Amino acid sequence: MKSSVIIFPGSNCDRDIDVALNKFGFKNKMVWHNDVDLPKSDLIVLPGGFSYGDYLRCGSIAGKSKIIKSVIEFAKSGGLVIGICNGFQVLTETGLLPGVLQQNKYLEFICKNVFVKINNKENKYFKNIKKEILELHIAHNEGNYFCSDDELKSIQNNNQIAVTYCNQIGVSNDESNPNGSIKNIAGIFNKEKNILGMMPHPERMIDKYLSGEDGSIFFENLVGNLK
Amino acid sequence: MMVNEKIAIEHGLKSEEFNKICELLKRTPNITELGIFSAMWNEHCSYKSSRFHLKKLNTKGKRVIQGPGENAGVIDIDDGDAIVFKIESHNHPSFIEPYQGAATGVGGIMRDVFTMGARPIANLNSIHFGSPQHPKTKNLLRGVVRGIGGYGNCMGIPTIAGQTCFDESYNGNILVNAMTLGLVNKNKIFYSKATGINKPVIYVGSKTGRDGIHGASMASTIFDEKIDEKKPTVQVGDPFTEKLLLEACLELMSDKSIIAIQDMGAAGLTSSSIEMASKGNLGIELNLSKVPCREAKMTPYEIMLSESQERMLIILENGKEEKAKKIFDKWNLDFAVIGKTTNSKKIELTFENKKVAEIPINILTENAPIYDRKWKKTKLPQKFKFDKSEFKKLKVADVLKKILSSPNACDKEWIWQQYDHTVMGDTIQKPGGDSGVVRIHKTNKAVATSVDSSATYCYAHPLTGGKQIVCESWRNLISVGAKPIAITNCLNFGNPEKEKNMGEFVECVEGINEASKFLNFPVVSGNVSFYNETKDKGIKPTPSIGGVGLIKNYKKMVTMDLKEDDNLIFVIGKTEGHLDQSLFARDILLEKKGPPPEINLFNEKNIGETLLKLIDENLVKSAHDVSLGGIIIALSKMSIKGNKGFKLDKLKILMNKFEYFFGEDQGRYILEISKDNLKKVETILKENSVHCDNLGIVTSKEIIIDNEPILSVDELIQSNTKWLKEYMVQ
Repeated sequence: MKSSVIIFPGSNCDRDIDVALNKFGFKNKMVWHNDVDLPKSDLIVLPGGFSYGDYLRCGSIAGKSKIIKSVIEFAKSGGLVIGICNGFQVLTETGLLPGVLQQNKYLEFICKNVFVKINNKENKYFKNIKKEILELHIAHNEGNYFCSDDELKSIQNNNQIAVTYCNQIGVSNDESNPNGSIKNIAGIFNKEKNILGMMPHPERMIDKYLSGEDGSIFFENLVGNLK
Repeated sequence: MMVNEKIAIEHGLKSEEFNKICELLKRTPNITELGIFSAMWNEHCSYKSSRFHLKKLNTKGKRVIQGPGENAGVIDIDDGDAIVFKIESHNHPSFIEPYQGAATGVGGIMRDVFTMGARPIANLNSIHFGSPQHPKTKNLLRGVVRGIGGYGNCMGIPTIAGQTCFDESYNGNILVNAMTLGLVNKNKIFYSKATGINKPVIYVGSKTGRDGIHGASMASTIFDEKIDEKKPTVQVGDPFTEKLLLEACLELMSDKSIIAIQDMGAAGLTSSSIEMASKGNLGIELNLSKVPCREAKMTPYEIMLSESQERMLIILENGKEEKAKKIFDKWNLDFAVIGKTTNSKKIELTFENKKVAEIPINILTENAPIYDRKWKKTKLPQKFKFDKSEFKKLKVADVLKKILSSPNACDKEWIWQQYDHTVMGDTIQKPGGDSGVVRIHKTNKAVATSVDSSATYCYAHPLTGGKQIVCESWRNLISVGAKPIAITNCLNFGNPEKEKNMGEFVECVEGINEASKFLNFPVVSGNVSFYNETKDKGIKPTPSIGGVGLIKNYKKMVTMDLKEDDNLIFVIGKTEGHLDQSLFARDILLEKKGPPPEINLFNEKNIGETLLKLIDENLVKSAHDVSLGGIIIALSKMSIKGNKGFKLDKLKILMNKFEYFFGEDQGRYILEISKDNLKKVETILKENSVHCDNLGIVTSKEIIIDNEPILSVDELIQSNTKWLKEYMVQ
């Protein structure tokens, strides 16, 4: 299984995701933003961080970077692409995913464990996953997902909501919404479900000495589905 | 402009210092030269009031690779790995402009660490604010926290520990101390000593602008009502550029192109170029026309004094310029050859083909003034006689709730949740515990680190206070199972020209030194911040100590949360019921007299080392040192963290229960152990003559004292977590 992680200037979760992908059986390559071609990959990951300093808007300059053309091509031909945190912001900036990520409701950076409910298992990412609720970690200042009413309808009709913030027993409400996201959305798919953008960082939860292990469940399941 | 004494004084120099400059130069300096002198001879850069006393510090140890005098200290953590670490103050700028002040404080300390070739792996901070009721406090707190987060989060370095205190003595001068730990291969450490002549001097990083001019001089004076006018002296940070600079520098450091490297921090290009040349006993020639500038028409004076951030000065091996330039181009950073090393032992500056300064380097460094300032000893205050009959009116539950919800003892999650503390994927103990702990990537080792201060104790008796903070740092490391290795100190004080303040400094340093020697816990780096004074009101003496310890097998790390019902709870170390200067005395009885608790270094060492033995044998389920608020506050925090209650047996001692519960005697820890291990634990404690009281057991929810349920853990959590959140949204 081959994966590639794109490094933008300012990416800072690139090593973490590299460690996680390798740990769960991917042969991972790091790809520099100024490259044009992607190595042959089964999965492309846009990592967390502050690409290009998040100047202008989070993810906006990365959305116009050299490598991103190849990523868009890869995604449009059905290749699997995950954007985590800043990577999610980049995906919305490219238009591969609908909506935008605004500043958190309370205008503060939030770093903590959250629970998310898996809304759709009919895809390569969550198919066969045994759990309904995962405990993951968020660390962001702009994770407040927003889209227009029409977009929301379309997202819902096409079953594009991947994961939603909830509490330990799966209740999604204002209290379990850390950043003000519309409908508690923590992650979404494109219509075809080959592109996943999410704010939580599964790569920070991959052994029991860290904040938790549910990230391992996510990666193990993904590798299983790709075999 | 003709330079005269008046202009020199406006630059923060004393008239006798100006005379000395003229005498040493055998002429009057020009304005650029005067600027250079003022930058090198101010308190912040020259340590002129403190150097005499700092020389006495214990800086040597088996694991010390580099002590004070470099960009940061370095310690050996085995297997070829070393930790580079330092703490630094950014107090004055943070008061004037909290976001940028704090952000650039964090940026500056990280640069000190990666200048030495180390990749930063953890950030910490110690921040002190005025009374919560003071009109400026809330905005300062908000700005500082955002600034620290804004910089550290963007760099992708986890902020894993810290402390926040409130006291009215900081109303006019807040403290922002930032600390960074980095990891380096011990054979690949980079230093700032230049060697060889005709070596190219390289400028890399951001362009030079007009920000931060006189920053270091501003940080060497007291504040008055015109501080808002000093905003331009505060630097503006760009963490994105620093992230690029970090990656570019580490890439260039992978081979032997670099001879010496120094970040441009306080006093910018001036101090970096002079320090490198001075350490190598060389001269340096710079062509200021080559310096990349952000603004048009900058003068040599401005270029030399700018404190624009994210810049480095490098001395390269000849012929490596092209290779180095390629790396900095890749990272989109400025790169310019701006000069060379010489054998003149002078700093020589040219601008637009004219010589604009020429000063022998030893005049700037070795001949910088050193003052053995007058100081006054602080007498140990008499013990205060508390009227214990008054205690009868108090209920333990009420006092407990009140202290837990007080600004200084309450939960600080609102703060550290704004710091990314898990990036890099190795944080195994996050903020809120005794120490933050990060693993050394891909090994079984971890480093624990903590930052502490106790201004109340230092104010009451500086000598005892100085000793106490070192011990507190030592205990915080031991509580998580780490062997303490070394410390860094940030010495925040008032005006050294006042005998009382100078005395506080001298005696705190003496206390730090005494404890550091006894515990074999050397000081490897640090920084001094004087003149924390506004309109004649200075801060309480506030040395902050950053400690670093090693955990050889991170699977043995201990946390403070209570783990399992029916486990036994012990306190080790003797309880005498010392209430003077305790939170109980100050916040409940409103009594501020009396001495701080005494420090017994022999017991401290013995108890700490014994606890490490217990931890090494896997006998400890949870541990927490007893500090502010005494036994019951310590236990409550363990209870809150573990979401468990506790049941305390009836006291078997002849002591008032408030003294026992809230006394702040030093050298104590609370331990949770399973019943099965009782014998083994008792044997080891006995063999090492460690005093131990059996307190009670862990329960599922209730807090039970003398068979009476007084509170639930939910009530403790509620008391502990509400104050700060409510305060910040009000």
